[in-house]
Amino acid sequence: MKLQEYQSKRLFAQFGVPIPDGDVATTPAEAREVAARLGGTVVVKSQVLVGGRGKAGGVKLAKSADEAGRVADQILGMDIKGLTVHKVLIDQAADIADEIYLGAVMDRAARRVALMASAAGGMDIEEVAATTPEKIITVRIDPAVGFQDYQARQLAFGIGLAKELVRPFTTIAHQLFDCFLSSDATLAEINPLVVTGDNKLLAVDGKVVLDDSALFRHPDLAALRDADEETEAETEARRHGLSYVDLDGEIGCMVNGAGLAMATMDVIKLYGAEPANFLDIGGGAQADKVAAALRIILADPKVKAVLFNIFGGITRCDEVAKGILEAFEQIDTDVPMVTRLVGTNQEEGRAILAGAQMATANSLAEGAQKAVAAARGNL
Amino acid sequence: MSILVDKNTRLLVQGITGREGTFHTEQMVAYGTPVVAGVTPGRAGQEVAGVPVFDTVQKAVDETGANTSIIYVPARFAPDAILEAADAGIGLIVCITEGIPVLDMIPVKRYLDTTGTRLIGPNCPGLTTPDEAKVGIIPGYIHKRGPVGLVSRSGTLTYEVVWELTTRDIGQSTVVGIGGDPVPGSNFIDVLNLFQNDAETEAIVMIGEIGGTDEEEAAKFIAENVTKPVFSFIAGRTAPPGKRMGHAGAIISGGTGTAASKIAALEAAGARVAGHPGQVAEFVAETLS
Repeated sequence: MKLQEYQSKRLFAQFGVPIPDGDVATTPAEAREVAARLGGTVVVKSQVLVGGRGKAGGVKLAKSADEAGRVADQILGMDIKGLTVHKVLIDQAADIADEIYLGAVMDRAARRVALMASAAGGMDIEEVAATTPEKIITVRIDPAVGFQDYQARQLAFGIGLAKELVRPFTTIAHQLFDCFLSSDATLAEINPLVVTGDNKLLAVDGKVVLDDSALFRHPDLAALRDADEETEAETEARRHGLSYVDLDGEIGCMVNGAGLAMATMDVIKLYGAEPANFLDIGGGAQADKVAAALRIILADPKVKAVLFNIFGGITRCDEVAKGILEAFEQIDTDVPMVTRLVGTNQEEGRAILAGAQMATANSLAEGAQKAVAAARGNL
Repeated sequence: MSILVDKNTRLLVQGITGREGTFHTEQMVAYGTPVVAGVTPGRAGQEVAGVPVFDTVQKAVDETGANTSIIYVPARFAPDAILEAADAGIGLIVCITEGIPVLDMIPVKRYLDTTGTRLIGPNCPGLTTPDEAKVGIIPGYIHKRGPVGLVSRSGTLTYEVVWELTTRDIGQSTVVGIGGDPVPGSNFIDVLNLFQNDAETEAIVMIGEIGGTDEEEAAKFIAENVTKPVFSFIAGRTAPPGKRMGHAGAIISGGTGTAASKIAALEAAGARVAGHPGQVAEFVAETLS
């Protein structure tokens, strides 16, 4: 789960990281109020969970409260990479002398948390990693001993930080690492960490990604989920415990298992069409969950055909078949469907669907070919 | 030969009295797996599918000589269960549990490195050596014994490929699901190394997916160390960046973890990468015949 910039920075501040004074607004009037309270020049920043907000015109300076209101009016409602801006953050503008990068990240290859710093602040760290990897200094944290001061100094001296800033930098690095651990994050980055004109450090922008598997022990953080950032279908799917991702194609798919669901999408593409979604019903799904999944797929107007690919293990083919029929009782649809049921109770499942006039397939390749043909009216 | 589990395995089931634990213990026993003990704290003296239950792993090991453990306990108790098994001297731990927080797994993995314990999973379907031992949740009937070693990050996609092999009359030496979590106990390299050194295994199938760089690391290992033919399928060519595709580890982030990168690395290492799961079995059939 990703946090918005303002949420990320407030979380950092709880651990002592210095952030600019600011507040969130959802209307131009509110933005004006916040700017008036802050005084001086402010920066108005769209709060959407995509990168490249600045380039898209979603981050602007304002020299007065009135200007902040006008700028907020332009940014609110703006479309940035398919997401509508519903909130802006109004921060006191920082006096920027230099910008650096500091991030804590789950390093999968090392199976450790890593802290990274770079003198090239404000840039996308992945871009820095790709073009000038030598500018990134990385230290990995042994869970048995934790993050040590010498490692923070390695980062600070490694990026050529002025001597008098090494100590405050070390403090912030520890605070960020504590925040990462305490929040069960998989990413916590400050970018840029600004060196101000009076030689202080300030976290001007921030990004946090939380481990979904650990949200059960962070109800306060789980409550920060922004429903505006999910499609209606994704929210509905999450409510039913389904793993669902909305895509751009025309073939809806329902599959048990994440790997098989991805493979199903790939095979659809191989036969010349595009998947409309990723949908994993998980292991051992009962009929009601299957019915909910099918309702979600059919609610998508892009869907021209549906492919069910079930390899029964814990999941029973007869339960899936019952769920499909249950959904048909609730929805009237003429979208063509192809079922491929293999594994546990496949005969029972196929018998249940025998009267439903759906095309069937024995293999995934055959199922995908039939679904693609069906979407084109050729089945 | 085979790898990791066989008829001499003495299996212990942690969480044996739970719904999943009981169901799969029955399935494993029915397959012929030597299940010697179960553990659920406070349930000593009970039996599940004819298997005696103990309060602690240590007690179960002392009484039955268990050498392998499979874990079906909920995510918040699973790290504790893994450490308990490691401390009791279990050499191979298989953790089926999905949803263990990543930050809980880091110290567990660190600890296991010091005890020399091998962990398969978490968030995995387990492993099967056909006709000898089924340790996990992979349906038994899809297997056939033979020369192909299979290692996969996925669950049902593993079944799919095994089934495609079996229906072509191509058997498996051992099938290993290493799981879809960001911090797995064992990675592709660990299992590839075992298959390379296993006399029965003549060809290796490696099923990967988007996210992380384990496939790229494995490709390097294959180029330098594996002399047996390797066939592969990588799921997620059509997956969009930045979205978690079910598995906690299946996410393309910041340009790393793409299917294209993994496929290119594997092909450069001499592996033959299929366009769909069935094609993997076709490739294996061509080579072995």
